Amino acid sequence: MVDFVLERGNYWAIIGLMMIGLYMAFAATNLIKRLIGLGTFQTSIILFYISLARIDGATAPILMGKDYKSYSGGGKNPEGEHAGEAAYAVAEGAYGATEVGLEYVYSNPLPHVLMLTAIVVGVATLAVGLALIVRIREAYGSVEIDDIMAMDLAVAKAEAADDAAERPLSHGGSVA
Amino acid sequence: MILALTDILPALLVAHAPALLVVAPMVLAPLVAMLPSGRLAWVFAVLGTGFSLIMALVLLGQVQSAEDGAVISYAMGGWAPPAGIEFRIDTLNALVLLLVTGMGFLASIFGWPTIKAEIASAKTSMFFAAYLVCFTGLCGVAATGDAFNLFVFLEISSIATYVLVALGAGRDRRALPAASNYLLMGTIGASFFVVGVGFLFAATGTLNMAELSLRLEDVEDNKAVLAGYAFIFVGLGLKAAMFPLHQWLPNAYAYSPSFVTMFLAATATKVAIYALIRFLFSVFGLEFSFEGASLILILMPMGLAAMIACSFQAVFQTDIRRMLAYSSVAQVGYILLGVSLGTAAGVSAGLVHLVNHGVIKGALFMAVAGAVLVYQGTSLNDFRGLGRSAPWTMTAFGISGLSLIGVPLTAGFQSKFALVQALLEQGWWWAAIVVVFSSVLAVIYMGRVLEAVFFQAPLNPNKRQKEAPLIILLPLWGLVLVNLWIGLNGRFLFGLTDGAAASLFGGGF
Repeated sequence: MVDFVLERGNYWAIIGLMMIGLYMAFAATNLIKRLIGLGTFQTSIILFYISLARIDGATAPILMGKDYKSYSGGGKNPEGEHAGEAAYAVAEGAYGATEVGLEYVYSNPLPHVLMLTAIVVGVATLAVGLALIVRIREAYGSVEIDDIMAMDLAVAKAEAADDAAERPLSHGGSVA
Repeated sequence: MILALTDILPALLVAHAPALLVVAPMVLAPLVAMLPSGRLAWVFAVLGTGFSLIMALVLLGQVQSAEDGAVISYAMGGWAPPAGIEFRIDTLNALVLLLVTGMGFLASIFGWPTIKAEIASAKTSMFFAAYLVCFTGLCGVAATGDAFNLFVFLEISSIATYVLVALGAGRDRRALPAASNYLLMGTIGASFFVVGVGFLFAATGTLNMAELSLRLEDVEDNKAVLAGYAFIFVGLGLKAAMFPLHQWLPNAYAYSPSFVTMFLAATATKVAIYALIRFLFSVFGLEFSFEGASLILILMPMGLAAMIACSFQAVFQTDIRRMLAYSSVAQVGYILLGVSLGTAAGVSAGLVHLVNHGVIKGALFMAVAGAVLVYQGTSLNDFRGLGRSAPWTMTAFGISGLSLIGVPLTAGFQSKFALVQALLEQGWWWAAIVVVFSSVLAVIYMGRVLEAVFFQAPLNPNKRQKEAPLIILLPLWGLVLVNLWIGLNGRFLFGLTDGAAASLFGGGF
């Protein structure tokens, strides 16, 4: 039981981070803190993917030794059109789907690449989010959700009162 | 007719249609952002979306050329799938692409007057750039055959959407909290999706959807796959505004610029629903043990709840855009109810409604945008008597409104009829009753508006005859005619959706 828990230490850490981030994103009343929570949440996903890529005793996913020779055609194939195949074979080997016959064990390079994209997406989201908060602060003078909601509610009530006032007046008056 | 198009266009264009469809607006976006004149940016946006529409038609022609629906597989950058990213177009993709590009094209034509009125002129070019990016993302989601690529396109479209929604702040500052709320929820939804994809990747070692569906058969009982399924379901459900996850939608639709509301209502949630359908039926497959339960225990009750609860909420709204927004969530309920049947007829009915609702809501929001442009104000009171002062705009609104209710001879009737038929086939008569009841609620909320528009005197007697500009009326009536055409002769659309449903159930990929 203890082994079961300890072996999966990375997952516990990731789950913990994820839940902290999610809770912050929902529960914080300050918009900036919400974004921090969102950032934590996204970072935990990045860690999740990265830890998927790790294989015991594996080296960095760069072909070396015999593997390099067999996939690059012993250096006689400068176009390197086998490089992509090798990368895919490494990924497949990590999954265990095919026997790729590589001399060394490499860690799976694919999740790292995916997470580069995810980081870019995360940065863009965060940038747009922060820009929005700047605009909210300009328009409302606050970044606290409660304040903003109170102000919006006041506006909505005033609108509703206007609406109700308009309605009976013109209903009786003008039947064209 | 579509095949003739394939003959006219150069072979290179036809061969690379799946990529060009997505890449053209993407390349255009930064160029448009640098243009000094908003009008020029608009012309480029129309050209870009128009080009994508042509490409979508070409794809549809290619897909339909085979008897039971051909599948176009396009290897991005020449990297063969499953190692490379694949764009995979079957009947379902082609249908959704046609909806997105068609609505995007009409939206960008109609958009100019309302954007000129609502967006500061210095920002207009940037606005169109953001719009093109959003359009790119939506097309990408509908075209890609790679699970992670789908996430990236989903986020491309979403991030642009947050910006577009926030630009409504020029008219009403409440657009800003709405956009920030949408950003928070949307990002959580997309993150859930990507966690789910991570679980699937861990279990199968591939991201290609066709490959995933094959390998998932071996690891069906794996706990990681079950967790991945749950994450993907919730994540895409959030994006699609599935019932309890729809809280971001009403405010975002009510406060964003009229143009954005129209475009989003017609496309954004539809694309997310497409992704959900794709994952439910193609990637996981109906045999997936977990899924049968989740369709009946989650999707169906949530669909029914949306139809009732959100229709009720729509009845009590005084702001027309907000009312239509709640109605949108209710309509998503119809679509999901059809999908939850898990039969070809049910999914086909859901898809028909997906297209019809895009056409209906697009036209409704277009008409509202036209009315807002000329008369200001989106409350029920502001709309009083507009039937007399702007008969063309409001007749289009009225026809689309009747279609939303499901009056015969309109598209809405066709899809509701198909849905009820599919429900009865399966013996879900009680669900059919709920559909009818929800339609009655639609009669009430649309009826209130139509009564105000056509049978009440204008609130402000100074509102003399003044129509929305012609450039709004033309796409608006185009949509209305499409609506009536589907209503009178649904064969074309039903042929497409039946083909799509058949390809989903006939062995998936």
